Amino acid sequence: MAVDLPENVVVSKLDELASWCRKNSLWPMPFATACCGIELMATGASRHDLARFGAEVFRFSPRQCDLMIVAGRVVMKMMPVLQRIWQQMLEPKWCISMGACASTGGVFDTYSVVQGIDRFIPVDMYVPGCPPRPEQLIQSIIDLQDKIQAEGTINGKEFDLPARQGRKRALIELPVIALPGGGGAPVAEATSRVL
Amino acid sequence: MIHPDTLKKFQAAIGGVQTSEFRDETRAVVPQGAIFQALQVLRDDCGFDLLVDITCVDYLNYRDAVDRFGLVYLLASTTTNERLNVRVFLNEPDLHVPSAVPLWEGANWMEREVWDMFGIRFDGHPDLRRILMPDEFAAFPLRKDYPLQGRGERHNLPVLTRSRS
Repeated sequence: MAVDLPENVVVSKLDELASWCRKNSLWPMPFATACCGIELMATGASRHDLARFGAEVFRFSPRQCDLMIVAGRVVMKMMPVLQRIWQQMLEPKWCISMGACASTGGVFDTYSVVQGIDRFIPVDMYVPGCPPRPEQLIQSIIDLQDKIQAEGTINGKEFDLPARQGRKRALIELPVIALPGGGGAPVAEATSRVL
Repeated sequence: MIHPDTLKKFQAAIGGVQTSEFRDETRAVVPQGAIFQALQVLRDDCGFDLLVDITCVDYLNYRDAVDRFGLVYLLASTTTNERLNVRVFLNEPDLHVPSAVPLWEGANWMEREVWDMFGIRFDGHPDLRRILMPDEFAAFPLRKDYPLQGRGERHNLPVLTRSRS
């Protein structure tokens, strides 16, 4: 069954078309709390020019963004703010954990600093470095674009896969206590989960 | 440095003050019950019109230390450039001092920080809440018997998964 197509017509799948559109117009939400934020600004500035990869439109309102870049350490008082901003972002959305502090807490192994944001929100891409060079951040965005193209679907079914629900990384197990009157998970649930 | 006459005036007004000098810094140790009166004398009669800082030291397991906490008031005079380091030693369970907010409005947040980090109560403070840590935080993290990595408070937060967000 041969079909004659004109030269300017390409056949594809709807999922791939949607992913192709999404990956080339990522709108980052800069959640910059520390020195990684400076490199994030440098990435968006003219020398490194994130516009070459279609992700230059930084918006400071989460409702206009679909890519959260967490740049810097997050303390336990900031984590509810981060989660609220994440929940305000539009689907489909992705998250890049930029730098050692956002990914693992870095050198700040103290009582107030969250030891990796992936314990509390889903993360798609980790960028090592302290702080990472803009080239590394650009590479992570390119990798994220490849990931979106490879597994993206038009109705976001890939986000509901069981493999994407849990936290990916098993760091050290740490004790959890309940705070009186505070939010947070009940102790039994909190201690049983693998951190 | 402080002028000898200023120091004499201070010592005459408040009993039980011990003074010492170290590297041109004058230090005065005031009894716990006399701290508010001492600060008032220093502000009104000795010319220390500026409260630079209020901070605290935990002397737990410190060599030769007798008392647990040293509450430190750093005072300065903007006219004579004198400076004075006023210290009160406190022990559990009586971790109470009168608030210095009636004397210096700027003491408000400093005392909140000392309360947040060391658990020292400032009686009469208008708004003694935690200033740095979350309200539901239960411990006083700058005390020496509090572990550096905490007791797990930093992991006691709700988890958002992909399907929940």
